[in-house]
Amino acid sequence: MIPETAILAAIVLPLAGALAIALAGRISPNLREAATAITAISLIWVVWGLLPTLMEGGRPSVEVSEVLPGLSIAFKVEPLGMLFAALASGLWLINSIYSVGYMRGNNEKNQTRFFACFALALSATMGIAFAGNLFTLFLFYELLTLSTYPLVAHKGDAATVRSARIYLGVLLSTSIGLFLPAIIWTYMAAGTGDFTAGGILAGKLNDPEIGLLLGLFVFGIGKAAVMPMHKWLPAAMVAPTPVSALLHAVAVVKAGVFAITKIIVYIFGIDFLFAAPSSQWLLYAAAFTIITASLVAMRQTNIKRLLAYSTIAQLSYVVMAAAILKPLAEVGAAIHMVAHAFGKITLFFAAGAIYVASKKTEIAQLRGIGKRMPWTMAAFTIGALSMIGVPPTAGFVSKWYILAGAFEANNLIAVFTIIGSTVLNAAYFLPILYMVWFEQEKEGGKEHGEAPVLAVLALCLTALLTLGFFLFNGPVIELESQVVKGLG
Amino acid sequence: MDLLAHLPALQVIVPMLSAPLIVLLQPRGLAWAGATAVALLSFAIAVSLTLAVLDGQTIEYAMGGWPAPYGIALSVDAFSALMLLVVTGASTAALLAAKPSIDKQIELGRQPLFYSAWLLVLSGLVGIVVAADAFNIFVFMEISSLASYILIAGGPDRRALPAVFKYLIMGTIGATFYLIGVGLIYMMTGTLNLADMEARIGDVVEINPVLVAAGFITIGLALKAAVFPLHVWVPNAYTHAPHMVTVFLAACATKVSLYVLIRFDYMVFQSKLVDHDMQFAMFAMPLAILGILVASAVAMFEGHLKRLLASSSVAQIGYILLGASLVSVIGLSASATHLFNHALAKGGLFLAVACLAYQYKDLRLDQLGGASTRMPWTCAAFVVCGLSLIGVPGTAGFISKWLLINAALQSGPWGWGLVAIILISSLMAVVYIWRIVEALYFNDPVEDDVLTSSEAPLQLLLITGLVAILNIYFGIFPQVPLELANSAAALLMEGAK
Repeated sequence: MIPETAILAAIVLPLAGALAIALAGRISPNLREAATAITAISLIWVVWGLLPTLMEGGRPSVEVSEVLPGLSIAFKVEPLGMLFAALASGLWLINSIYSVGYMRGNNEKNQTRFFACFALALSATMGIAFAGNLFTLFLFYELLTLSTYPLVAHKGDAATVRSARIYLGVLLSTSIGLFLPAIIWTYMAAGTGDFTAGGILAGKLNDPEIGLLLGLFVFGIGKAAVMPMHKWLPAAMVAPTPVSALLHAVAVVKAGVFAITKIIVYIFGIDFLFAAPSSQWLLYAAAFTIITASLVAMRQTNIKRLLAYSTIAQLSYVVMAAAILKPLAEVGAAIHMVAHAFGKITLFFAAGAIYVASKKTEIAQLRGIGKRMPWTMAAFTIGALSMIGVPPTAGFVSKWYILAGAFEANNLIAVFTIIGSTVLNAAYFLPILYMVWFEQEKEGGKEHGEAPVLAVLALCLTALLTLGFFLFNGPVIELESQVVKGLG
Repeated sequence: MDLLAHLPALQVIVPMLSAPLIVLLQPRGLAWAGATAVALLSFAIAVSLTLAVLDGQTIEYAMGGWPAPYGIALSVDAFSALMLLVVTGASTAALLAAKPSIDKQIELGRQPLFYSAWLLVLSGLVGIVVAADAFNIFVFMEISSLASYILIAGGPDRRALPAVFKYLIMGTIGATFYLIGVGLIYMMTGTLNLADMEARIGDVVEINPVLVAAGFITIGLALKAAVFPLHVWVPNAYTHAPHMVTVFLAACATKVSLYVLIRFDYMVFQSKLVDHDMQFAMFAMPLAILGILVASAVAMFEGHLKRLLASSSVAQIGYILLGASLVSVIGLSASATHLFNHALAKGGLFLAVACLAYQYKDLRLDQLGGASTRMPWTCAAFVVCGLSLIGVPGTAGFISKWLLINAALQSGPWGWGLVAIILISSLMAVVYIWRIVEALYFNDPVEDDVLTSSEAPLQLLLITGLVAILNIYFGIFPQVPLELANSAAALLMEGAK
């Protein structure tokens, strides 16, 4: 397939898939699941088909419509977006396998709406990944918020709708209130919003303004959950677990940190930003979020809420890595998106599997559950170790690069934040692992075994990916090194 | 005889002369078919006029061959073409969809009269748009107003009567103010033709009567255009009118008055009156800002679906006025684009309301539970148009908001303040639209009956869906309305020089 066609296909395919799912849902659930699977597989085929072009240094681009003079809907594939798209499309397939097991095992209502909106959200994700300018990014960013709202509000009872309102409220008000002004400002200052290697703002803005604009971007992109814009993420945990797994560990939150990284690299330009003292605060804000969210995570009693706060901390790893503004750290930021995605989706899958099999949602209920669900909990263990950053898991690789970047920049704050948060991560994950494997189950609990086989299959796959990424990360690093080639 | 040359006249005459004929079409359904055919024809005329002025030229037309100061002159430029598209488009879409809804709300025997009044409103509104002299604008204004009182009061809802009485009083005051203003100018310049007025106002020595006239005309038209705080007639009139009438009027009626307000001010007053642009800006901007904020706030707490949307209309009128009050090409362009885009969004929303009215007699928000199960397509269309009203990127509403923000930023030091107001009011729109969405999708049905999918009639639903799709289409390919708006703005600013 020609790369230009592939870009459009990556966005249109899930859109068409959503329609097919909605129509097939009226006929039979099996047909609907088939529609999801076919869409997911063809999306992988289309997106991964772009990889060779990118590896050879190609940057395919396509313009759809010039909406207003200078403001166009245009796409351009570059390594960061390629990685994000490949990651999201690949995990969507695994997540769909898991979703079928989870949703059927739980007898959820409105499954057609669920799968259709999921496909819609993927279309928006592809749009974000391939966006060629700020306007296109913003368009799909909002579409992603809107298409995931029905997924968060899926259960439909009063408490869920209230949480979904927080979700929508925070994400929309930050994006309209801060992100949009930042975009307008950029267009006014630079005359364009195209993502360009080396940035477009050099010489266009002066020092205190740079920090202010950066602030508008970072806090306006609420999806990145930099404190204090993080409240929506714990609220979104009312969604069914597959949603939390793919969207609130991969697609939505990664869209946030991806957008921030992309803006730092292609709008500001890392050298330009490095020279501006007023951009320093971002590092502190990210470090603060990492430590605070880890501390809050320690006090959580609900599994999914613990994972949500852990996600907030891990997202700020990416932001902090990007804010170190050194090539190695930028590579680390990109790799951490992948590493965290594999680990966190495994953890969420496990949490969902526990819920389907036993209806347990609290950490205290997990005593001795390892004997009943050995596969699930083994995968959970791998995911948790990856969060801490223990070899041989994916989390180790990305922390290595971020640390290397921090040392390169002589940035002791980043170094100590990483060390501190590793200790905190260990402090809240290891006791859980101990409970799961070595403590005795309370008497009189419900008899149960593993979750439905599709769910277990999916979570074993992602656990394998978490381990595999430790060994086979070469191509990813090679691809992402292109981003910073010739810099620093 | 070249028919094309007479298009400006035909635009008005076709609906006007068809109106009495429609009354004669008593057999079932014929009146609707006739009126719809006429509306379609008007739309076609508007489209061909648009094509003729797309390159920025102005078509002048003298009725009966009598030249301007003596005969009736008509003129069509880009701004009027845009407005003609909105008016005839709204009327056509509403009529195409209207039959099932009107059959339900208006008894068969009175339908021919109803459709006849509809065509009179249409001809009055297009007449206002194409008329080139101040007095004929007044005449057409009266025609459209009187006929629209009939339409609003024509439904089964008796509460429409006090609502329409209020509208009648306010509308008449507005029209009278306008007439007083025109009289004063006539006294000072001796002409009613807008172009002549512009030319002669500069020679007037005693300027005070002209200033008074400007005040009367501006206030009078602001009353008709429902500019805050002169909007009090709007919510009740829109709420209790038959649903399809609300679609038609909400999409274009107040906008036509705003069109005259902008045109009068830019073409006649600003060119010769010293500092009039500042006076206009100082008058219009605070009202626009207040209207945007207050009406949005009211909508956030409103419990009735139609009344909520009516309040939102007052806020949107504020946006249009805000763009005009910036007195710049880009500001006017934003205004004109928003005229078009808001008609699309609000027309679509009220069409969806008409669909909902099939299942729900009571359109208060807390009564709308289960709508998404019963009417999935209607609700989907509602959400799309709602997003356009909010101004989400990818929809038509975003285009005009973006232009407006750009215009605000270029307007000077207070630009960022205006941007803040636009963004805050967008967030308020999120709140009030989302209250409706939650009601449609998550409230439990009030009655405990079995929920089955039972959509509105196909005819109504198709048009609603089409308008929703247009909201997205013009968000991605806005070139045509934008081009018209840009040349309209250029013409107006040129007129103001």
